[in-house]
Amino acid sequence: MKKDRNKSKKLSRRKFISNTSMTTLGGLLGLNIVFANKLPEGVLPIGLREGTDTVPGKSDKLTILNDKPWNAETPPHLLDPEVTPADVFFVRNNGIAPRDVDINSWTLTIEGESAKSKKVYSLSDLKSKFNTYSYNLVLECGGNGRSEFTPGAKGNQWSLGAVGCCKWTGVRLRDVLEDAGIKSDAVYIGYYGADTHLSGDSKKVVISRGVPIEKALEDEALIAWKMNDEDIPAMNGYPLRLVFGGWPASTSGKWLNRIVIRNKVHDGPKMKGYSYRVPKNPVAPGTKVAEEDMKIIESMPVKSLITYPRTGAMVKGKKEFEVRGHAWAGDLEVSEVHISIDFGASWQKCVLSQPVNRLAWQQFSIQITLPQDGYYEIWSKATDSKGISQPMVVPNWNPKGYLNNACHRIAVKRI
Amino acid sequence: MAEKNHIPEHKEVFLKGIMKWFDLWALVLFLLFSWFFLYAFNFLPKSEVETPEKTAETESTDADLIEKGIHVNSGLIVDDGYELVLQHCGGCHSHKLVTQNRADADGWTETIHWMQETQKLWDLGPNEAPIVAYLAKNYGVKKKSRRAALKDIEWYEL
Repeated sequence: MKKDRNKSKKLSRRKFISNTSMTTLGGLLGLNIVFANKLPEGVLPIGLREGTDTVPGKSDKLTILNDKPWNAETPPHLLDPEVTPADVFFVRNNGIAPRDVDINSWTLTIEGESAKSKKVYSLSDLKSKFNTYSYNLVLECGGNGRSEFTPGAKGNQWSLGAVGCCKWTGVRLRDVLEDAGIKSDAVYIGYYGADTHLSGDSKKVVISRGVPIEKALEDEALIAWKMNDEDIPAMNGYPLRLVFGGWPASTSGKWLNRIVIRNKVHDGPKMKGYSYRVPKNPVAPGTKVAEEDMKIIESMPVKSLITYPRTGAMVKGKKEFEVRGHAWAGDLEVSEVHISIDFGASWQKCVLSQPVNRLAWQQFSIQITLPQDGYYEIWSKATDSKGISQPMVVPNWNPKGYLNNACHRIAVKRI
Repeated sequence: MAEKNHIPEHKEVFLKGIMKWFDLWALVLFLLFSWFFLYAFNFLPKSEVETPEKTAETESTDADLIEKGIHVNSGLIVDDGYELVLQHCGGCHSHKLVTQNRADADGWTETIHWMQETQKLWDLGPNEAPIVAYLAKNYGVKKKSRRAALKDIEWYEL
């Protein structure tokens, strides 16, 4: 009923707008649109756009940070299952997702100066020509946790939930690259996708990132068409995407239609400048860093998330309860997870599972009781296979606010 | 004497109970009455016939709606210059990208220039200064600690 009403409202508004000139639109907003002639075609002032509270095809429980482009994160307690359900997996879009995808005409082109030949594959070519593999792979946005940095860094203010671990199915990127042929001077691959730029310029590439050839040739590097055994959701890259577990998720190109094998570090939009880069040497908060002093983020740092209980739990008396969640460590494995109920003064070791495959997150759990009535924070701290742990405070500041892997904290009370 | 005025404990409890129920009944009656009033009001004959023009106006009112100093449609704080931000900063991206960020005047200017150089933002002309002033005033730098107190906690029984 509610849906129908929204639909009719939307239709009437669209029809209405199509019959109105830009000047009238300005009138509707109660103001003149200065430089209206410079508004790109198809761009409407936001006051006249349809608002909606749900990312298309996604759960309404996601926290929406931005609706153009769509950016939404998952509240930690919804990440409790070992495999993140598709409808709550976070969305980080840089542009507008393609509409009316025709899977029969979709192609993937492999080319580039370090490709021995140019090859074009249909989706059915990929499915029939190469072996299919499935892996559970952690994808985390490089800017997850950005909201905690001081001074603040511009961009979507992610808190905790720009991360998830889904089951991805597809072919190995290596098999496809080798089918086209990789020249010995290859150092990097770059992707291109079918999303369109926010400015409305159809020729402008939204984002084109990639990984060094070594990462591209890993067993777990996939060209995927299934997420949790279903079609990939539209906002997560349907019908085809790259998946590189453990690296900033921006390397895992969505709506994938072209891969270039490069003889130098890929130089597409968002590879250069300050995008997905941190200072080569640590800097004091707020420092202006020259572009040449920045380096590309590769493996993500060790991190953990408490997914049960949800923050805000009130526990009666001495009742024992479980604390559990996931831990991951970029290219590495997690060796230990500890929790603290006393602000890091003492730590208790959790039971930790092995990853189901390399680059999947691991599950930790522990039974605890709280010693007396009052307010507590439960902190979780993971340690990777090289002995590096999560910091308790926000880690070193960087201009774009990447890589915040500070301990996760939830609030609980004993009553 | 004080003892004479003292109400025995069991009677006090009883009286408090009565008072509590009285409050509740008053509330229920009030709600019933309000509901009835609103319901009846809804059925009064409407004085105006809706025309297409009228619909258009309703739409525009929607887009202009301001509640508690916030322009509802965009989420922007209503202050000098917010109309300019509405016009110039919502074409490509959502205003949510504005309202979730914080910067001083230099930072906002830098962001605008970056969008002009790389994201096809148009020349803001004489509007740049008032836009930056609005942003720096209403979305200026927030002081935060290295780890802030946990907030917005919804308490529940586990």
